[in-house]
Amino acid sequence: MKCKQHLTEKIIKNIFFLSSLTSIFFLLGISFILFKEGLPLFREIDLKSFLWGKSWYPTYNPPEFGLLPLILGTLWVTLGALIIAVPLGVSAAIYISELATPKIKDYLKLAIEMLTSIPSVIYGFLGIVVLGPWLQNLLNLSIGLCSLTASLLLALMAIPTIASISEEALFSVPKDYKEASYALGATKWETIAQVTVPAAFSGISTAVLLGMGRVIGETMTVLMVAGGAAIIPHSFLQPVRTITATIALEMGETVVGSNHYYALFAIACVLFIISLTLNLSADYFLNKFRRISR
Amino acid sequence: MNKRKLKEKLAYLFLELMVLIILFSIGLMFYFIISRGIRIINWEFLTQMPRKAMTAGGIFPAILGTFYLTISTICFALPLGISAAIYLTEYATQNRLIRIVRVSINNLAGVPSVVFGLFGLAIFVKFLHFGVSILSGSLTLGVLILPIIIQTSEEALSAVPKSFREASLALGATKWQTIQKIVLPNSFSGILTGSIISIGRATGETAPILFTAVTFYTMRLPNSIFSEVMALPYHIYALMTEGTHPESQVPIAYGTALVLVFLVLGLNLIAIIWRNRFRRSKKW
Repeated sequence: MKCKQHLTEKIIKNIFFLSSLTSIFFLLGISFILFKEGLPLFREIDLKSFLWGKSWYPTYNPPEFGLLPLILGTLWVTLGALIIAVPLGVSAAIYISELATPKIKDYLKLAIEMLTSIPSVIYGFLGIVVLGPWLQNLLNLSIGLCSLTASLLLALMAIPTIASISEEALFSVPKDYKEASYALGATKWETIAQVTVPAAFSGISTAVLLGMGRVIGETMTVLMVAGGAAIIPHSFLQPVRTITATIALEMGETVVGSNHYYALFAIACVLFIISLTLNLSADYFLNKFRRISR
Repeated sequence: MNKRKLKEKLAYLFLELMVLIILFSIGLMFYFIISRGIRIINWEFLTQMPRKAMTAGGIFPAILGTFYLTISTICFALPLGISAAIYLTEYATQNRLIRIVRVSINNLAGVPSVVFGLFGLAIFVKFLHFGVSILSGSLTLGVLILPIIIQTSEEALSAVPKSFREASLALGATKWQTIQKIVLPNSFSGILTGSIISIGRATGETAPILFTAVTFYTMRLPNSIFSEVMALPYHIYALMTEGTHPESQVPIAYGTALVLVFLVLGLNLIAIIWRNRFRRSKKW
């Protein structure tokens, strides 16, 4: 009896153990697949002309697989989104954690949480039918779907990440710091600007990095509103094409095993490496912040 | 002194303005989706097949497809995610392997959704020959929401006080009995909240199912897990990018968007209300 029970316990523990290993398995599986399907591209195209190639014409004869317009398009849209989202998100975080009354705090958090739950295809849709035409009229553009439109929508999507993580960071700044500042005669704002925010800086950096990760990996919105031209961007009013949009747009039309197919996996590798780096650095900043605030 | 007060006032004004801009954008989005979407939604729109090459008729197959995808995603991801969370909170000791597991979960959560789509295409559609189907799509979505389920369940499990477990163990219960009779019942609400939120996420995702599950138009309703399906998020995308009659497709897209937002936000609101009620009724 006792022995049987012992055995059941052991089996159950091992089932749980194996389930917990699946995440490693899936992450390794994803990296393996991306590299396995991406590397064959370099049998025919050398790495340098992929990384520094200035044009992406996968269906031309001969095709050109230059990463530069896509990666610059991605970074350009991301930069635009962060310029908008960081001030908005961090301000909202400061307002929520330092100024708002408990009731307003709850409602604001709920409203911002709603932004996360709206699917990205909805942002894209509203970009096409509302924001794009509106910007086109306002700025007298030839086309409303450009990198500015995409950045504005992506900023909205990044705000919840930036605001909630920054808010957590501001909240966990020890009370003694603020009290010390008040005791020295500082006003509430002086305390926020010179004590609380600097003390939470690592946490806010984590928030920005994670927000950036969210924007870089976003697919449907940029696919629908960024305009789709694979050119090296010069202004925010030009159409651009990101890595994610290229994969989503072209994967359906490629033949499995063609160079184009391999090239799409190769750019996915680049994207994967970028988002992995962002996540690991966010992790690093977070640990650093935890050590300081303790 | 006055100058310092003025500076403070200006700073607060700036912060309030920023918050108002965010709230205004949220309001505007809902205004457009609700006011335009409500015009087209009626019983026929929800229960009929599309007609005349997507320019008329309803969105029933897309609603059904999304429902099937979501249900099969849960069947796959929920047991796996909760078991993993149980191991991490109840059994795991601090060692290198567990640290690597945690780093993997965090990083899996940050992988772009289109990359999951490629993974699903290469593994489920091609390598395992599931084809473009409900099965491939829901497995892909399952991998995508797995880290969210693990993280939220872990949070719920570790909120159960240690003394509960110790009391049970002191009475001679085994570890599994303790988990089964004490830990799981006491963390049930938290786990449920997290699961509902992750289901909402799976419902709204488009990129992962793009190459693994969906089709723009099919006359047949899905009859097995190997059928390809229509899905609400993809339907919106397809209506806006394919077809030749924008004047009749845009209203349908508004209607579809309203249905999708209603579903996803409904799920999230249920989760949030549940969470708040649970927090209030917590006995410890």
